[in-house]
Amino acid sequence: MITKEELIIPENKVYGKPSLMNDTPMHYCPGCSHSVVHKLVAEIIEEMGLEENTVGICPVGCAVFAYRYLNVDWIEAAHGRAPACATAVKRLWPNKLVFTYQGDGDLACIGTGETIHAMNRGENIAIIFINNAIYGMTGGQMAPTTLMGMKTSTCPYGRQADLHGYPLHITDLAVNLEGTCYVTRQAVNTVANIRKTKKAIRQAFENSMNKKGCSIVEVVSTCASGWKQTPEQANQWMVDNMFPYYPLGDLKNTVTE
Amino acid sequence: MQEGFSYMAGVELPGVIVSVGRGGPGLGTIQPGQADYEQAVYGGGNGDYRVIVLAPNSVQEMCDCMGKAKELTFKWRMPVIVLSDGMIGQMMEKVVLPPFTPRRTDEEIAKQCPWATNGIGLKNRQYNFISTLELDAKEMEARNKRMTAKYNQVEAEEVDFELYNVDSETEYLIVAYGISSRVSMKTLEMLRESGVKVGMLRPKTLWPFPNKKINELAGQVKGILCVEQCEGQMVKDVRLATEGQAPVYLSGRSGGMVSSPQDVLEDFQKMASECATKSCPKGYWMK
Ligand SMILES: Cc1ncc(C[n+]2csc(CCOP(=O)(O)OP(=O)(O)O)c2C)c(N)n1
Ligand code: SF4
Ligand SMILES: [Mg+2]
Repeated sequence: MITKEELIIPENKVYGKPSLMNDTPMHYCPGCSHSVVHKLVAEIIEEMGLEENTVGICPVGCAVFAYRYLNVDWIEAAHGRAPACATAVKRLWPNKLVFTYQGDGDLACIGTGETIHAMNRGENIAIIFINNAIYGMTGGQMAPTTLMGMKTSTCPYGRQADLHGYPLHITDLAVNLEGTCYVTRQAVNTVANIRKTKKAIRQAFENSMNKKGCSIVEVVSTCASGWKQTPEQANQWMVDNMFPYYPLGDLKNTVTE
Repeated sequence: MQEGFSYMAGVELPGVIVSVGRGGPGLGTIQPGQADYEQAVYGGGNGDYRVIVLAPNSVQEMCDCMGKAKELTFKWRMPVIVLSDGMIGQMMEKVVLPPFTPRRTDEEIAKQCPWATNGIGLKNRQYNFISTLELDAKEMEARNKRMTAKYNQVEAEEVDFELYNVDSETEYLIVAYGISSRVSMKTLEMLRESGVKVGMLRPKTLWPFPNKKINELAGQVKGILCVEQCEGQMVKDVRLATEGQAPVYLSGRSGGMVSSPQDVLEDFQKMASECATKSCPKGYWMK
């Protein structure tokens, strides 16, 4: 019989943790999309050989501790200000990869102004937008992206148009801004979708390096804890309810088209 | 705006802010004002933090302040506000520009600012992150204590002010900064011509504040007139600095109106006559 020692050899390795990801235990809930996207970011930076060339801007929200997990330089911006911060960094260091990593509360609520204007100015940054339709970190409050009828702790009877207005399709708005070069909506609920998201983030990072303008990769995500579901239920709920509202696919690509 | 100052102070990030005051509150007027003293000196952002506040009173000083602010902000790694007003900010005066200093090179940044998030990677050093977040209250308190020690040091080393006509004979003191100090200079001349023994202290840093000097002079003079173009903000700091040794009066306009030398003169005469006739007891300062 083959022994463990014989099996665990470099030639047999088919998968490994990206080297930029350190061993700090992650605080994310089981099934949370954040951790999957973190891993993709680490893999892409490594594959692009940008370990010595990257500055990330993390948000206020569940990803506030992103700087603990990935061994690149980070600035943790004030709530919503990541695109403004990224603007400054990219303008000071035009040849670095500069990306923001933001939730929907951060990007589409308190930071709407910063986001729209950074995109409209065509800042050469990549924006990774984790849309879980809720404020995850603070305990599941309604976000501008919360679906109609969806229950949260601040709209316990479900979101109603007359009281709460309509979900904000900020990524769709981004399409019409001349400064954006790449706008896409992805998810990480299946292996196939994880691969597509990886491709999308890589494209966004390349655009930042090649100074093509602003890229935004929305990742339609789960927040099992905030939605009060199991990780499995959350994935299914996302497919059934989020995808019809936030359909996946490229919305704009002026670089490869 | 002050949200950013609080974050910058919290992570010890250098930065210079220029604030040129107009009449407020709200949209207010677009004429000169000094009602943003408390906003600048007392922060307005959340948490325990301090910013250095410089107060120029001429176009030349406005220009020189930028170099000084840059020096201070990198020396102490805290935000520096250059607090001016709509009068100084729009004035035309002769100015000698300093020589142009180029931006630091990448190598200089790496050497002089080892904390910078310049993304140079693990091969060069441990990765840097700039974050105000600290969920452990004990740790946060320790951070605050470290900051307080730094702020105490700034207070000990960076106080800057100018004295005009102050000597052992001085009987009255005017305290004024920015445009108010320019107006008060004229009043001062008028008073000296008529034989009044009056001098002026002009704070050039509003934080740290010249507490020690004001305290020392308060023990000597009969009365102090604080001139500022607002409803009374710096006057409270002057009173605190006197520790009740001398009465402190306020003179000034607000909402975009600016005192004339004559306005200041009238307030001064009222203050001087009250201080002379009422023989103000020590500790009388709630005026
Ligand atoms: C100025 C400010 N307002 C409010 C908060 C509290 N707060 C922390 S996280 C958060 C919402 C985060 O939601 P989102 O961006 O969707 O991130 P998620 O946790 O869902 O990934 C809020 C409101 C704060 N930290 N700062
Ligand atoms: S609260 Fe939601 S977004 Fe935050 S870690 Fe848990 S599942 Fe993820
Ligand atoms: Mg969210």
